[in-house]
Amino acid sequence: MGFITQHPVLVVSLVKIAVLLFIVMTALAYLTWLERKVIARIQSRWGPYNVGAHGLLQPLADGLKFLFKEDMTPPTSDRLVYLLAPFLALSLALTAIALIPFGPPSVRVLGQSIFVVSDIDIGLLFLFSITSIGVYGVALAGWSSNSKYPLLGGLRSSAQMISYEVSLTISVVGVLLLAGSLSFNDIIEGQRGYWLHFIPRWHVVPQIVGFLCYLTAAIAETNRIPFDLPEAETELVAGFHTEYSSFKFAMFFMAEYANMITVSCLATILFFGGWLSPFPDSWTWQLFLPGAGLLLLGAYCAYDTVMNMRGIAQIQFAVVTLLAAGGGAISLYPPVAAVIQGPFWFTTKILLILFFYIWMRGTLPRFRYDQLMSFGWKLLLPVSLANLVITAFVIIWPLLRHG
Amino acid sequence: MSVPIILFFVCALLAVVGAVLLILAREPIHSALALVLVMMSLAVLYLLLGAPFVAAVQIIVYAGAIMVLFVFVIMLLNAGVEERTDFSKIAKWAGVPLGFFLLLLIAHFLAHSSIGTAIATGTGAATQAADTRELSTQLFRQYLFPFEATSILILIAILGALVLARKDE
Repeated sequence: MGFITQHPVLVVSLVKIAVLLFIVMTALAYLTWLERKVIARIQSRWGPYNVGAHGLLQPLADGLKFLFKEDMTPPTSDRLVYLLAPFLALSLALTAIALIPFGPPSVRVLGQSIFVVSDIDIGLLFLFSITSIGVYGVALAGWSSNSKYPLLGGLRSSAQMISYEVSLTISVVGVLLLAGSLSFNDIIEGQRGYWLHFIPRWHVVPQIVGFLCYLTAAIAETNRIPFDLPEAETELVAGFHTEYSSFKFAMFFMAEYANMITVSCLATILFFGGWLSPFPDSWTWQLFLPGAGLLLLGAYCAYDTVMNMRGIAQIQFAVVTLLAAGGGAISLYPPVAAVIQGPFWFTTKILLILFFYIWMRGTLPRFRYDQLMSFGWKLLLPVSLANLVITAFVIIWPLLRHG
Repeated sequence: MSVPIILFFVCALLAVVGAVLLILAREPIHSALALVLVMMSLAVLYLLLGAPFVAAVQIIVYAGAIMVLFVFVIMLLNAGVEERTDFSKIAKWAGVPLGFFLLLLIAHFLAHSSIGTAIATGTGAATQAADTRELSTQLFRQYLFPFEATSILILIAILGALVLARKDE
């Protein structure tokens, strides 16, 4: 106990890191499940259905499969770099999430804010510095495999990520000008309040062009359809990770999904008010929204368990029902409800953006490589630059007239 | 020893090891990666000096942009393993001792200069300019002219590179 009171920062940080890692890993696993389910729905299929009720244990089965597969290293590969690449990709992707505030800084344990692992003044800049070296994972994987398709995939991917990173950064600067700070908490707090009493003061309203540029560039940065050229299977087998098998492949896979989550978190913070609720504080019934939502989910699961599930799936889904209903009941308890407000809104917004991501994947075909490059440099970059210049001018105009 | 001191020695060691590896590695990609290691260690050193903005910019600009382009070009040209030439005799017998002598000189003057003591005691300009807001105010008020001059210089360099690259057409 003495150690905890002497080093509150260290102890609380370690606990936060462990909890966040667990949550993010679970979220990654179930994001793949959600993606397969939604895509299946779009394509009139069932998606995963056999492992667990509604395929809910599929991510676990996939993880085990990756662990037990044969791990092959190409004999001509550059051994050290070949090993380094997946570690680099995954660790950088996970580090970035440590900077994201999932709730207001006012909720504290032992004097430490519990909803963010590392709250630093230049959070945004630091996040960009981490994502900017994320290119190495892909590029080095492509090079070290010492094989044609991975090299081409790695080259394409580096070129794509370098090109779209420029637009990504510039599209965010507009928000920075409005917020006047690089700290995530300041940026979110700056979005409190309403225009005309009902439109939330989120940056997405004045920065709609910036948001669209950000979203496009972010999809390209995370190598997702319609910009998944690095792994265009009809042209490049599997792109940069062709020669990777077993758990090293799984690490690239997890890094891709972790990057998707980071990018959605950033979009939420910068453009959609982070953990702020879209409703005014005086509407106290919103405190019970998370609990009510979980209870509704529990009720639906209970109905499904009784009507549609048979055998072992029925037992599994009964457990899911109990978890949802229990979580809902706890969330209705007022002190708990007050604490989980921030994370609830944050998670809801992230889920909506992630759903949009998956929706895109189910809808759009892939770009051709030259189209990708000319789109990035000739359309996206000029538009985001124009957005930046106009934003700066609008901000400086009153100062010029009166000052 | 306190944590910052330990971190300083770890990162300083990493930076030196990276620099040596950069010269000794025969595979161009390995050299490039060693250089990235040097830059990352330097970024941590800036953080320890209380300049988080400079640290982040160091990573974004050097490790994230310039070195990525280096790696990209090395991959694109598929540069092979370097051939090793014979070490020149003069470099071996005169260069290495002279290099160490230079290092000693720099260390000596740094240890006895006002900048050195200011950094060591944490009262120098580096700690004053740590705040990003303060830094940008200084940059865009007091040092606006050098800033703009540098920007124009970089622009000229970019145009020059374009002209050189397009010469054949």
